Amino acid sequence: MKTIEVKKPSGYATQIGPAHPALKEPVMFSLDIEGERIKKADFVPGMAHRGVEWMGMRRNCIQTMYLAERICGICGITHSISFSRAVEQIAQIQVPNRAHYIRSIVGELERIHSHLLWAGVAAHELGFDSAFYLAWRVRENVMDLLEYLTGNRVHYAMIQIGGVRRDIVPDQFPRIEESMKFFEDAYAKLAAVFLDDTTVQMRCRDCGVLTYDEARELCPVGPTARASGIKKDVRIDHSYAAYGDIEIQYQTPDLLTGEVRGDVYDRIITRLLEVKQSIGIVRQLLAMLPDGPLLAIPKPAVLLAKLKGAAGEAVGRHEAPRGEVMHYVRLEAGKDEPAAWKVKASSYSNYMAWIPMMEGEQIADIPIIAASIDPCISCTDRVALVRPDSRQILTKEDLHRLSVEKTRRIQAALAK
Amino acid sequence: MNLLAPQEIADVLQAAAGAGFVSARCTEWAEGVKGRKSRQVWVKLARESLLPALRRLVEIQYPHVSVIASADTGAQVELMYHFYVYWGIPHEEILVTFTVALDKTDLKVPTITGIIPGALTSEREKQEMVGIEVVDIPDGRRLFLPEDFPVGVFPWRKDETGIPPDMTKELWATGRETCQFSDNPPPAEPKAE
Repeated sequence: MKTIEVKKPSGYATQIGPAHPALKEPVMFSLDIEGERIKKADFVPGMAHRGVEWMGMRRNCIQTMYLAERICGICGITHSISFSRAVEQIAQIQVPNRAHYIRSIVGELERIHSHLLWAGVAAHELGFDSAFYLAWRVRENVMDLLEYLTGNRVHYAMIQIGGVRRDIVPDQFPRIEESMKFFEDAYAKLAAVFLDDTTVQMRCRDCGVLTYDEARELCPVGPTARASGIKKDVRIDHSYAAYGDIEIQYQTPDLLTGEVRGDVYDRIITRLLEVKQSIGIVRQLLAMLPDGPLLAIPKPAVLLAKLKGAAGEAVGRHEAPRGEVMHYVRLEAGKDEPAAWKVKASSYSNYMAWIPMMEGEQIADIPIIAASIDPCISCTDRVALVRPDSRQILTKEDLHRLSVEKTRRIQAALAK
Repeated sequence: MNLLAPQEIADVLQAAAGAGFVSARCTEWAEGVKGRKSRQVWVKLARESLLPALRRLVEIQYPHVSVIASADTGAQVELMYHFYVYWGIPHEEILVTFTVALDKTDLKVPTITGIIPGALTSEREKQEMVGIEVVDIPDGRRLFLPEDFPVGVFPWRKDETGIPPDMTKELWATGRETCQFSDNPPPAEPKAE
């Protein structure tokens, strides 16, 4: 087994993590620093690896579906949709159309809540805590809506193999439309706060650039890829659920600015555009919602018996807020549990894009670059600066302070 | 761009793979009112044909590599390389899966990072999780498993090299108090000695 050649670091080496500088989730960065510049970046994930696939291969498919839902607390529906779609293809279960539409509607509401959560985190990393409060205040509305429709703020438990577990009835439509109007107003406000602000532009423009070619070769997904001009969106490329019935466009930053630069600012634009797009998709799907049953096989015992007889392999995919989530499932006849299960979460594909984004940037830019791919990992608290003669520990708060100070310096320079 | 149908993709890959071609099948799946189809091509290859077939696939369109999945089938470990071609063209994307079966006596496979650098994450993960050796991998370190994880234990294998029983913890067996709002019966009282 060959290992990467360790070159003598120029300047000094910085370890960031396992505490994550941006989100409260553990991943470790090793950076070679020269002055304030990052010369070389590397990362070590795995601090929150819980062996979910190992557990799933020891449970029956319905239990594994609920386990899959608990892989992520923010993408509460993506993993259960992906796993169910893979199993449905193997067992040839035709999901009723009404269930396809409800899956897509909840998926879009989840995208709105996740992108607003991200907008708040990004604002906080830049030191704009008033924008952070605004974004999270707006997000509460969609959380309330999700609770109203599904009964839960996270882990909606809407998906069952072969359909959905709860209906969306006409009595609920006015409440949904009320929220959509609210988000339209909020979108205008958030766009003004994030896109027209000079300081945000100075911190994010041409910072953490991922070029089109780098993005193509490193295979990131979702807004991270689209902000670099890669037109890739599972909803459009590989139609599934209700997305094949409507016309939607790839959301790339040039729709707003006329150019693609692949920097942090473009990733902000892409996510804001997607919030607007999701509002439109929810309205269209509600207007088109077909009648019919919710589940192909309502009785779990019958479903389990059918799955026990199914054999084959399939891939289930869903465009999560962070990009493509993909589940590979293989079933063997006569067995309750999947013979093979591989979960590919969106951040799994996006990790490698950090390296070209960070190299050449400043230490104070680490929080916003790390946050700009919207990583989904899990909890953290310290940064160690390793120098040949001394060892200095920087806490997450110190790093956040560095980022805020850089923003203040820019603002002070602007005021002069 | 002249788009190839799934069967045509299977045919050109068969020609590129030569003697290492094992089998190919095409599948479709439709969802929604309009019933737009998503299409898949599943190709089984010998290890020697992996790189020639992939180079031919790159000529069709530079593929997006999603992940390399794995399955332990007893005497063999199967690797499923999932690629997408025709991404960026609405409703035309095709999933192309290369399945390579490796005997457990010789678990070596060439790296594909020379063609698609983005596959590195997945190749590193397969080395530690199923115990294959990716020949010429540019970075062979562990990825998700901690440094102190025992050598020679591969979590996704189902044979004696898998997770041994003494490494697993059954939560129900710990007798930990259940949630106070739960309807579950309380755990058994420990016996007085």
